[in-house]
Amino acid sequence: MSELVVRDLQRSFGGVQAVGGVSFTLRSGDLLALIGPNGAGKSTCFNLLNGQLRPDSGSIKLDGTELVGLPPRRIWALGVGRTFQITATFASMTVAENVQMVLLSRARRLFGLWRPAAAQFREPALALLERVGMAAQADRPCGVLAYGDVKRVELAMALASEPTVLLMDEPTAGMAPAERLALMALTAELVRERGLAVLFTEHDMDAVFGHATSVLVLDRGRLIAEGSPDRVRADPRVQSVYLGGEA
Amino acid sequence: MSFLLVQALSGLATAATLFLVSSGLTIVFGVTRIVNFAHGSFYMVGAYAGWSLIERFGGTPAGFWGSVAAAALAMGVLGAAMEVGLLRRLYRSPELFQLLGTFGIVLVVQDLTAWAWGPEDLLGRRAPGLKGSIDILDQPFPLYDLVLIGLGPLVLGLLWLLFNRTRWGTLVRAATQDREMTSALGVDPARLFTGVLFLGCALAGLGGALQVPRESVTLQMDMAIVVEAFVVVVVGGMGSLTGAFLASLLIGQLQAFGILVFPQITLVLVFLFMAVVLVLRPHGLLGRAEEVPPTATAAVTVPLSAGRHAGPWALALLALLAAAPLVAGDYALILLTEVVILALFAASLHLLIGLGGLVSFGHAAWFGLGAYGSALLVKHLGAPMPLALAGAPVLAGLGALVAGWFCVRRSGLYFAMLTLAFAQIVWSIAFQWYAVTGGDNGILGVWPPGWAAGKATYYWLTLGLCGGTLWLLRRVAFAPFGYALRAGRDSGLRAESVGIDVRRFQWMAFVLAGTAAGLAGGLYAFAKGSVFPTLLAVPQSVDALVMVLMGGIQTVAGPLAGAVAFHLLESEVMSLTDWWRLVLGLIIVALVLIFPKGIVGFLSGFRRRA
Repeated sequence: MSELVVRDLQRSFGGVQAVGGVSFTLRSGDLLALIGPNGAGKSTCFNLLNGQLRPDSGSIKLDGTELVGLPPRRIWALGVGRTFQITATFASMTVAENVQMVLLSRARRLFGLWRPAAAQFREPALALLERVGMAAQADRPCGVLAYGDVKRVELAMALASEPTVLLMDEPTAGMAPAERLALMALTAELVRERGLAVLFTEHDMDAVFGHATSVLVLDRGRLIAEGSPDRVRADPRVQSVYLGGEA
Repeated sequence: MSFLLVQALSGLATAATLFLVSSGLTIVFGVTRIVNFAHGSFYMVGAYAGWSLIERFGGTPAGFWGSVAAAALAMGVLGAAMEVGLLRRLYRSPELFQLLGTFGIVLVVQDLTAWAWGPEDLLGRRAPGLKGSIDILDQPFPLYDLVLIGLGPLVLGLLWLLFNRTRWGTLVRAATQDREMTSALGVDPARLFTGVLFLGCALAGLGGALQVPRESVTLQMDMAIVVEAFVVVVVGGMGSLTGAFLASLLIGQLQAFGILVFPQITLVLVFLFMAVVLVLRPHGLLGRAEEVPPTATAAVTVPLSAGRHAGPWALALLALLAAAPLVAGDYALILLTEVVILALFAASLHLLIGLGGLVSFGHAAWFGLGAYGSALLVKHLGAPMPLALAGAPVLAGLGALVAGWFCVRRSGLYFAMLTLAFAQIVWSIAFQWYAVTGGDNGILGVWPPGWAAGKATYYWLTLGLCGGTLWLLRRVAFAPFGYALRAGRDSGLRAESVGIDVRRFQWMAFVLAGTAAGLAGGLYAFAKGSVFPTLLAVPQSVDALVMVLMGGIQTVAGPLAGAVAFHLLESEVMSLTDWWRLVLGLIIVALVLIFPKGIVGFLSGFRRRA
């Protein structure tokens, strides 16, 4: 059982408070959605969690270990994986090699100067690609994949590090509706299967209310509601600032 | 006291010239995002054109200042022509191509200038009415320099008015901040960019023409000023006019007083200053944190190919090369020895560029450091050849260890500028530390001992050492280390987020590449029997880049093919003509414009299409 405890996270840019006092707890088995209108502070929140940005104040503890101030790769080593809003893979490598890189990094074998990398951890990489439905394209260059496929490779890369916590920034952005549902279903399955704790941001309300175990609503840097999807959906404040805005 | 004041004033006069030239460079960079290596050439040609005009019309103040203005305008026109003819095709290219393409222009202009004005230094006449000097606290100070000191702030003020009070200036500033948005608003960026090149190159020409009364006009002016202007622009913050002004003042003073304290290493001081500023303030004194385009190499979407049956082919090639002494004469063997050495030099640079996306503009530093390491061990310690050869990669590797720590802190253009700066530091030590390195005269008599003196024996030795190192580099490229390096290049963000310490890998790669280049340098010293500062100079670094580019960045075999092609071209074609710079420059420009993927990339693209 893992627990990510976020307390009173704050971050300003110039005079603008992007994230102002956000607190929540993420536990194994959670598929927690972070939603909010554009500019609500979702991406900033994510970048604070994975160490890309440093908060002005607040704390982020993973099973009691403070993550604030650690560089992204340390946070990753402690078991926090992530996928990016704008996909970021190693475009000059094949799909399988992308996953192999993470496995090599996990095993601290990156400084190897002799044995070819392509031959190491290939089987486990293929198994992970099988899990996300990308095994058939394992030997294609990552740079030529369709957008939805890259998202699935990213998921396989995140899983390769055997994270306890997974941060997914708009995992289904740019995907076709059928693909979106498939990816969210897969994520939900992984949460159950591996006891993952997943935090994801999402614009697609079907993805959020169809799969999230609970929902956080961010508006202008502050949490204005949290709870089960049904409760959040019924919350009048949420309806006015967020769902109301969309209708 | 009065002596210090005069020294400070002469620092200000230097600063004024520096500012004129670097303001043009920084304006051009701000809008086009191209670091124009040829900027110094406009300064030089401006000086030559100014000299001719002043000789003819410069007898009266009006004639003198008219000549200066005419030379500046002429350089502006040439700059605009370069924008239309070359730069316009390079805006979307990786910065390596932009730097190389404009360096090609440098070479072409050098030869054309020598053709038009001859190789001798020219001494111009003094400015009429400003020939004397005035006493400042009883120390004489040239009147003309006082005028120059006033000119710096005047030009800054005029440029400020131009950029802040005119419609054109506003558009240029808009384009500096967001090129795409500006063109979306209906501004024709092409015309704007041509205008900016006109302005920037006219400023360089103005700076050059103004030098005529102060110093002789020479064919070395271009590289000297452009490297200094790079430093000013990087220290001030790329694209910042006020930053360039401030940096010019600081560097002018640093030179004026540095020469009193450390006359031997004034150049080193300037580059160290730049390195320190960049570590403390990564974007320069007044630069803003902005996205310098991160694309170091052409968008790489194709996996690095090992090539099918690469092993057997490599063995066959090696066997063929090893058998060469059976048929080849001494001259061919010397040529082959050099080709093999250069192949290692190019491959070591390819490790940085092809895998790490790190475009080094100073890779000759490590080649030259290896060569000097060997030569110094032989000369001063009487070391036998094996020891001297072992010392070469060690010294080069240690140098790369120190420089690399600074350089990998920045990426893209800043990395290129930092590596250039370190190469200049090493070069100026070799050039100025006369007692140890022999300065300009180099170190002679670095010959192999009797057992290795035969051309065939030394060739086999070279082939064995270079071949072995090349094989090691190849293993590294396909091992996890090489992959981690590529991961950092493809997506630094993703690499960090899966536990890859990108900077550490880049640093180690820098050391590895430097070490391999050092070995090549050591072998080169014994092959030539001598070493000279040119081994460490910018053109040597550019040679390596051209070899990598000729061969193609995306293949491991590329640098080898590039080294062969380049060296044959250099020794068989360019040696036939006195105008080899012109030929080489045109080749570089053609390469950049027509074959951006290099020979091997071009051939395999051809095969794929067929």
